[in-house]
Amino acid sequence: MALDSKIPAGPLEDKWTNHKNKINLVNPANKRLIDVIVVGTGLAGGSAAATLAELGYNVKAFCFQDSPRRAHSIAAQGGINAAKNYQGDGDSVYRLFYDTVKGGDYRSREANVYRLAEVSANIIDQCVAQGVPFARDYGGLLDNRSFGGVLVSRTFYAKGQTGQQLLLGCYSAMNRQIARGKITMYNRHEMLDVVIVDGKARGIIARDLVTGKIERHSAHAVVLGTGGYGNVFYLSTNAMGSNVTAAWKAHKRGAFFANPCYTQIHPTCIPVSGDHQSKLTLMSESLRNDGRIWVPKNMDDAEAVRKGKLKPTDIPEENRDYYLERRYPAFGNLVPRDVASRAAKERCDAGYGVNATGEAVFLDFAAAIQRYGKEQAHIKGLDENDRSLVTKLGKDVIKAKYGNLFQMYEKIVDQNPYETPMMIYPAVHYTMGGLWVDYNLMTNVKGLYCIGEANFSDHGANRLGASALMQGLADGYFVLPYTIGDYLSNDIRTGKIPTDNPEFDAAEKQVTDLLEKLINNKGKNSVDHYHKKLGKIMWDKVGMARNAEGLKEAIKEIKALREEFWNDVYIPGGENEYNEELAKATRVADFLELGELFAKDALHREESCGGHFREEYQTPEGEALRRPEFQYVAAWEYTGDPSEEILHKEDLEYKNIEVKERSYK
Amino acid sequence: MKLLLKIWRQPNAATKGKLIGYTLSDVSPDMSFLEMLDVLNQQLIDKNEEPVVFDHDCREGICGACSLQINGRPHGPDFGVTTCQLHMRKFKDGDTIVIEPFRAKAFPVIKDLIVDRSAFDRIQQAGGYISVNTSGNTQDANAIPVNKHDADDAFDAATCIGCGACVAACKNASAMLFTSAKVSQFALLPQGKIEATRRVLNMVQQMDDEGFGNCTNTGACEVECPKGISLENIARMNREYLSASVEG
Repeated sequence: MALDSKIPAGPLEDKWTNHKNKINLVNPANKRLIDVIVVGTGLAGGSAAATLAELGYNVKAFCFQDSPRRAHSIAAQGGINAAKNYQGDGDSVYRLFYDTVKGGDYRSREANVYRLAEVSANIIDQCVAQGVPFARDYGGLLDNRSFGGVLVSRTFYAKGQTGQQLLLGCYSAMNRQIARGKITMYNRHEMLDVVIVDGKARGIIARDLVTGKIERHSAHAVVLGTGGYGNVFYLSTNAMGSNVTAAWKAHKRGAFFANPCYTQIHPTCIPVSGDHQSKLTLMSESLRNDGRIWVPKNMDDAEAVRKGKLKPTDIPEENRDYYLERRYPAFGNLVPRDVASRAAKERCDAGYGVNATGEAVFLDFAAAIQRYGKEQAHIKGLDENDRSLVTKLGKDVIKAKYGNLFQMYEKIVDQNPYETPMMIYPAVHYTMGGLWVDYNLMTNVKGLYCIGEANFSDHGANRLGASALMQGLADGYFVLPYTIGDYLSNDIRTGKIPTDNPEFDAAEKQVTDLLEKLINNKGKNSVDHYHKKLGKIMWDKVGMARNAEGLKEAIKEIKALREEFWNDVYIPGGENEYNEELAKATRVADFLELGELFAKDALHREESCGGHFREEYQTPEGEALRRPEFQYVAAWEYTGDPSEEILHKEDLEYKNIEVKERSYK
Repeated sequence: MKLLLKIWRQPNAATKGKLIGYTLSDVSPDMSFLEMLDVLNQQLIDKNEEPVVFDHDCREGICGACSLQINGRPHGPDFGVTTCQLHMRKFKDGDTIVIEPFRAKAFPVIKDLIVDRSAFDRIQQAGGYISVNTSGNTQDANAIPVNKHDADDAFDAATCIGCGACVAACKNASAMLFTSAKVSQFALLPQGKIEATRRVLNMVQQMDDEGFGNCTNTGACEVECPKGISLENIARMNREYLSASVEG
């Protein structure tokens, strides 16, 4: 099957406008006759559900949480990009497009990324109108800051809780539609299969997580906005419930899964503290605006710090290695996430790590505190040489900018980051891979759409900071509501979709068989036992750096682990009740299949780019070595077994941008 | 550390619950409270017993899913944190810890430590939004400047995570702190002003209909709020309500 990306013809900057002008519309009176299912209520799903309901479609929205407001988008900290050029520092739609394609290491689709940059400014207008309280300056205008991989200040933020504020904005838009009766909300419901009738997605099988009841829901189209699959690593910055099930079930029903190996490792997370650890906590990348990253220059000092014999503040300036500033003078501490993560790993692997396990580097605010303190003293006409006064004033500025992040760090680590440098280490964060979609955000299954992190489309092999929130809301508010109409315009005479046909019967039976098999298995190990084992294989062999030998081993080990899981997993409790272990088991079962495809994709891609670093392909300086023959999207077709999946390629063409060596030096 | 846990077990909404004791050893002070429960659950599963269920998700203190009344206090003994941010270093070796669900008539128990907080959603649906079309045809975001202090205050109100600790802390199970935070956010911003009258009347009405009690200015909600939502919001809501009632 050939992949048709359906990119509209014409110049890049006119493609989206021309496309919107030409695609079919649905008459407002007919929208009432059409049902749309939206699974997931984060920034992508939530904004899509609200907007589709606003347009007049009947929306059924599903989330596994107890409220749409708890979707994991809420945890995003740093900000959202938009090409507003409010700062007059040279930003433009083209520059945001350029930075994103380059930041993604030339592995994303030009037309999609340009559209993203184009609608970015609308997002800010929309959110402000909804009452999202972005940071403002004293003139009452919106404030901006800068993020990794970028030389302009285009990031809008609400302290370190931007995701929360944006999600609450789209949650309130959803609430308005729920109150109007245009959205029917299904909380604590999990989608366990998608139903295909005559080649079109026509509904889902969902499980009510409170009663355990299996339900059939039909619609004229199904939209998945179900987030990423980083929890395949067990330890990640994702919420505990984040999973791949909806996307994986769609994949098993024919939707291609693209670039599964592209995982973003976020450079500034709180390091692992012990075996009990359930997840990792991210510290916003915005901290790199003011924090300087370093490790001791001398091995002896590093060892003394690890043993607690030396405090970081005891190490004089000349004995510190600010390795990002040293290696990448142009971008310094603001290099993109993949570069910063690998550089931290390189230093720790070389023996310069600073915590007990040797897997941490310092993020230091002392210089920023002094700099801001002096500035404040100057503004207030106070003594700039009074060190304690300057320190106090500086701490106040840092507190205003990052206070909640500092508090979060202190609660977890029990150290005061205003007094001593933070310790950070890279952790699994965002997955750039996902279901393959065309320009209309439709998968290769008709009527099945995929938006936000769950699709593969906009970030290429790496994601720049503050671009995930942008994509989620762009897809949900401004792209899908147009493109889905083109498809649904053929459905105005279809009428209600029945749920008593053989396709729904078969899908429901498959789901109940799976649940029964799990609950009656009566093995000896818990679900977490398998999830942790899978995570360890993934991190050790499919993590920040990979090689062919390790990947081949990983594939074998995951296959064996999957077999063991199905023979030996134990689920307490019953099927028709609130049973968290059962819900977890269905998700881990899917991770055990995805993990293998993930490794297979990483093995086939014999190059390094972005979040995919193959040790065999690096420059003498240790930078990623891209290979032009791999300039394509790898879209995998399910055939019954992850190891037998068939590779389809969508070639990527760059007509508006020169593919260059990605350099941040 | 070794601990004695007394945990509320209740199979479902229709069955009566009771406190059951569990002892747990080898608890590390670096664990979060929920990780301590994970360890307990692993031991229960290994003995073919049913694990204790509790709401949790992001484990970074922002999603608002985690709850738990710990030794009689929502989110436990530490200040300004959710249960997922509470660490075992706040307890001592040999401690007895009583763990119960958030209690309120409007928060019925679903199972064990999980309660149904959807009443909060319905309060929001009664008017906790600005009626703007999600079309993207809104005016430029900088067209209406917003006083920085107002924007900061609106942000502070908007940081409410909807966990329900305020309700659980209140002797009247009042939802005034939660509702007032939402009312305040929009009342402080120029974009939300036009609907302010209808908003406050409808949200307060819904809050009462859900079975939440009244506010008697005890202030326990503010003390226990993991996000430091201020009582000033309740005062602001009362002012808004009064003037809306006069207008209305």
